Amino acid sequence: MEVNEQIAIDHGLKSDEYKKICELLKRTPNMTELGIFSAMWNEHCSYKSSRLHLKKLPTKGKKVIQGPGENAGVIDIEDNDAIVFKIESHNHPSFIEPYQGAATGVGGIMRDVFTMGARPIANLNSIHFGSPQHKKTKNLLRGVVHGIGGYGNCMGVPTIAGQTSFDSSYNGNILVNAMTLGLVKKNKIFYSKAAGLNKPVIYVGSKTGRDGIHGASMASASFDEKIEEKKPTVQVGDPFTEKLLLEACLELMAGDSIIAIQDMGAAGLTSSSIEMASKGNLGIEINLNKVPCRETKMTPYEIMLSESQERMLIVLENGKEEIAKKIFDKWNLDFAVIGKTTNSKNIELFFNQEQVAKIPVNILVENSPMYDRKWKKSKLPKKNKIKNEVLNKLKIKDVLKKILSNQNICSKEWIWQQYDHTVMGDTIQKPGGDSGVVRVHGTNKAVAASVDSSAVYCWAHPLTGGKQVVAESWRNLISVGAKPIAITNCLNFGSPEKEDNMGEFVECVQGIGEASKYLNFPVVSGNVSFYNQTKEVGIKPTPSIGGVGLIKDYKKMISMDLKEVDNLVLIIGKTEGHIDQSLFARTILDEKNGPPPEVNLFNEKNNGESILDLIDKGYVKSAHDISLGGLLVAISKMCIKGNKGIKINKSKNLINEIEYFFAEDQGRYLIEVNKDDLKEVTKILNKNSVHHEELGIITQKGMIINEKTKVTIDELKSYYTNWLSEYMS
Amino acid sequence: MKSSVITFPGSNCDRDMDVALKKFGFNNKMVWHNDNELPKSDLVVLPGGFSYGDYLRCGSMASKSRIMQSVINFAKSGGLIMGICNGFQILVETGLVPGVLLRNKYLEFICKNVFVKLDNKENAYFKNLNKDVLEFHIAHNEGNYFCTKDQLKEIMDNNQIAIYYCNSEGKIEDQYNPNGSIKNIAGIFNKEKNVLGMMPHPERMIDQSLSGEDGSIFFKNLINNIK
Repeated sequence: MEVNEQIAIDHGLKSDEYKKICELLKRTPNMTELGIFSAMWNEHCSYKSSRLHLKKLPTKGKKVIQGPGENAGVIDIEDNDAIVFKIESHNHPSFIEPYQGAATGVGGIMRDVFTMGARPIANLNSIHFGSPQHKKTKNLLRGVVHGIGGYGNCMGVPTIAGQTSFDSSYNGNILVNAMTLGLVKKNKIFYSKAAGLNKPVIYVGSKTGRDGIHGASMASASFDEKIEEKKPTVQVGDPFTEKLLLEACLELMAGDSIIAIQDMGAAGLTSSSIEMASKGNLGIEINLNKVPCRETKMTPYEIMLSESQERMLIVLENGKEEIAKKIFDKWNLDFAVIGKTTNSKNIELFFNQEQVAKIPVNILVENSPMYDRKWKKSKLPKKNKIKNEVLNKLKIKDVLKKILSNQNICSKEWIWQQYDHTVMGDTIQKPGGDSGVVRVHGTNKAVAASVDSSAVYCWAHPLTGGKQVVAESWRNLISVGAKPIAITNCLNFGSPEKEDNMGEFVECVQGIGEASKYLNFPVVSGNVSFYNQTKEVGIKPTPSIGGVGLIKDYKKMISMDLKEVDNLVLIIGKTEGHIDQSLFARTILDEKNGPPPEVNLFNEKNNGESILDLIDKGYVKSAHDISLGGLLVAISKMCIKGNKGIKINKSKNLINEIEYFFAEDQGRYLIEVNKDDLKEVTKILNKNSVHHEELGIITQKGMIINEKTKVTIDELKSYYTNWLSEYMS
Repeated sequence: MKSSVITFPGSNCDRDMDVALKKFGFNNKMVWHNDNELPKSDLVVLPGGFSYGDYLRCGSMASKSRIMQSVINFAKSGGLIMGICNGFQILVETGLVPGVLLRNKYLEFICKNVFVKLDNKENAYFKNLNKDVLEFHIAHNEGNYFCTKDQLKEIMDNNQIAIYYCNSEGKIEDQYNPNGSIKNIAGIFNKEKNVLGMMPHPERMIDQSLSGEDGSIFFKNLINNIK
């Protein structure tokens, strides 16, 4: 078929992008070449709308071994150990086909991690669904959870933490973000940069089929009513093959055969081969007849654009083919030498002895489009004036019941019980805590990880929201006693071609950048997912932040369950009574306007570091950060998990009691300390100028909120535990 | 004491079992599914995981692996064989223990701590244990034990039920049954009691920092019984 502008547009390219291709090539591309361009130049692979802004993120730090640009980021956790980690979106496919979409999202991110030589040791996920009343929500949730579990459980990698939210802005576009952490020796990290001429290029893993063709292009477009027709663009996962691929790759990596390795993810063989050549400043030649195919009569176009899963491309040292083949044979995986590196700096494809494509690599990569999209700055909304009469009419217990059983607060055990969270025998903090924690196998160290997002804050004021998410990730790590090291981000937004959405993106990224710079919490990897919109309606801006921290002695890990009767609970950080954009405002007052709580980075850093110091000195018995839902929700969860009560002191704070209990002021934590240590703890906090007050004393049973209000632990549990399982039954 | 853990393609609790056995004093060897002969062993373990991706039927393809002939011979000669989770599924597929394992009643994978009641201490696995209820951990999608009425009668007549799902006080009731297993059965012996298949993972309960320590009690007792 002759290529023309219309065909290019049907491939998702813009008219001027097609013109640029013809100019750069000095001719019209053929179909295979056009397919390659469309795969490399779509939003998903080229980051054409986001690159300009992502450059501003802080990506360096003493502990950073590898920042963005590789398959995943790498950080140093001492003793020659390193953690490889990344988060990635699989939103579009998961909406079309929830089980396979979510499963292959998990498979893809694990492959990114073990491509670098690391054995995956923990999975996390951040999943967002439409309103519980929406007709699709239940099935999507069930499918996504089964998909995540189906893949991760089979791989034998524990899923240790996650986040689930419901909001009507996801009715037509759910979000599925998957994150993986892997462990590697610092001197055994593998990269995707090819080097040397005439080195064999090896294809290993599953065979190539017709699934997932144009998957990356599909993920770079908005949805409309015909979206169901896109089902064939969703990849099909096989976790069993991936488990074999993992073991085979790690076995090969133990030796010295590999020069470069790259998994075939989005845009399959196209992006993997081009990426390796581009990084090595080399050319690459591939004989497509050598590619193991699952189906007959596959064309070069289909082979290059297939997104079949569980495949890797490797550049080997000369003469190592036999060693490598033996390993892949042992694991019953396909192995084929499909090409070689060249000095032509072109990608050259051959099929039936004919050259079917020849494109200079730099055109595809360096000359890919980059846009400075128009964007709109958002104003900080005006604060609402909430009358005391309104608040005084409310009964604290009723409010607490409504908020604890709210879909965005309640226990997500129904979900995480379906994920194997204990395999590998090192999970020391299960899902449901502030962070998941796994030991570094065979050492005294442990790694903590958390994934967070606050779409409502980002929607109300993107700059503040962006900062807040990073701060929350930081607090979640601190709360388990981990020193925060670095983050990965998954930036889920609407259309970059709309000024409002682009503005949300730009300002969220700015907020993320400011906070991560201030907290010395650099961004080492990530991914951008635009076009999360159906027709003209986009999602609330939802950057997900995956934070990773280190606990040097895992015996010092902290959990949130209250430990001992007669211990005291302290509030760290000041409660100002910020109600706008809180869960309380939205669910009880039905007030959706107003600014999100302010983020004071100095306080975040100071409060967090002071708590880490207290933990290190052994003063903290349990801890929990105060976030969504506010103070009373935070202490309720600590009571539920510890099966203990608390007698809350009458606050000296002058704000309304309801505001005191349900405000979402930032930078706050609850910590449990022994009475005998109070003096010393207070001394340290005062010395560091950390605001603190006593919340109350731990009791055997029940929460006494004030003279009039008591709640039993069983009541708290019933509010907190039942919503999701009842909804799903 | 020598033990062997078999690795099938898709096994994923093989390392965890290796760690646990070594921690309690076994000299453990990992054995590849494609090997012909078991090394000399006092105990052979078929570990958890998704052998052959659980395709066809859980455990069915693994039960035909090359090493399995040697495992079956070992069982017939009275050797101790323990199948955990997917290992249990492989054991029922070989016929070394009776019954089948169906999909969980609520059709969902379950990962959580459970209590199990020991029914029979006249065997190498539970002899001398000073507890009747242990807290173990389960993580499976197909643990719903089922057998025919005749089989059940035979199993009960021969005291082949090893452990039942129960509460912390050892009460065996429907509400403590996580997967719909007939009679709350969590583990079962062969007639001779040298082969044990069970869904719970004792190897995940060997450290106070993990889910608990009842796995440690089990393994310590096991190695003492074998000595």
